[in-house]
Amino acid sequence: MSVLTLQIVLTIAAALVGTGLFGALSQQSIVMVMMGLELVVNGVLLAAGSAWYFLTPQLPDAQVLILMATVVMAVEMAMGFAVALAIYRAQQVDTVDAAGELGG
Amino acid sequence: MTELLVLSALGAAAVCTGVLVFVVDSMARATFCLLASFLATGAALLVMDLHYLGLLTILMMTIEMAIMVVFMIMLMMNPAGLMPMTMVHNTKGSAAVGATVFVVLVVGIWTVDWPERTGSPPADPTRQVGEAIMGPQMLLMIVVGVVLLATMVAGITLATHRGRYDRFGPDLDRGRPDDPVRGGLPR
Repeated sequence: MSVLTLQIVLTIAAALVGTGLFGALSQQSIVMVMMGLELVVNGVLLAAGSAWYFLTPQLPDAQVLILMATVVMAVEMAMGFAVALAIYRAQQVDTVDAAGELGG
Repeated sequence: MTELLVLSALGAAAVCTGVLVFVVDSMARATFCLLASFLATGAALLVMDLHYLGLLTILMMTIEMAIMVVFMIMLMMNPAGLMPMTMVHNTKGSAAVGATVFVVLVVGIWTVDWPERTGSPPADPTRQVGEAIMGPQMLLMIVVGVVLLATMVAGITLATHRGRYDRFGPDLDRGRPDDPVRGGLPR
C-alpha cells in the first residue's frame, strides 16, 4: 500500500513539474515565468517529502533536500524580483520577449 | 487507506490550482492560485509527519505570495483581469515540453521497482533534520548561509534606484553626494 501511495504522490509531483515547466516556457511576463519555476520547485518539495516518508524515514537526507529546495525558492524569488525591478527601471521592460539586449 | 485518500485529494488540489495559475485572466488571482497550490503541498507534508517543513512551506509561501501579488499589480499590465489578454508565446512547444517531461517522469515512477519502507519515522522528525544540518550535513548549511548573504547583497544592489556611483560620480571622487534632496539635520 505504501508503495502505491508513493507512486501516486510522485505522479502528482510530476504533474506539478510538468505544469510549471509549461508555464515557465509559455508565459511572457517575467513574474509569471517565476511563478512557473516556483511550481516546479513545489513538485520537488512534494516528491522529496514522499521519498522521505515512504522510503527512508530513518535518514534525514530527504528532509535536508526539502530545506535546500525551500532555500532555492527564496533565492530565486529575491533575485527574480530584483532583476525584474532593475530591467523595468532601466528600459520599462516587463516581458521576457522585450528583454533582448544581450541577443547581439 | 485514509492516508492515500487524503494525500491524493491534497495532491489533486495542488495540481488543479497549479494549472489555474496559467488559466485565470487576473494576475492577482493567478498569484493566489499558486498560494493555494503551495498550501496544499504544505498540508501534504504535514500529513507525511514533516511538521516543521510543512509549516515552514505554509508560512513562507503565504508571505512570499503576499509580496508577489504586490509586484504583480505594480509591474504587470493586467493586474485585475479587467481587460482579458493573452500574454503567452510558443504555447504548443511549451505544452509539448511540459507533457513530455510529465510522461517521462510518470513512466519512470511506475516502472521502477520501489523498495519497501525501511525503518519507521522517528518520534520527532524535526529533531532528525536539526541534528543532520548541525552535524553531518553542516557543509550544506554553511553554503546556504553564504548563498543567502550573497542574495541579500545582490538583490539590494540590483533593486536600488541610486547607487554610490550615481551619488559620488564614476570615480567616487565627488566630495558631496549628488542627491535630489540634501541630507543632514539642519537644512
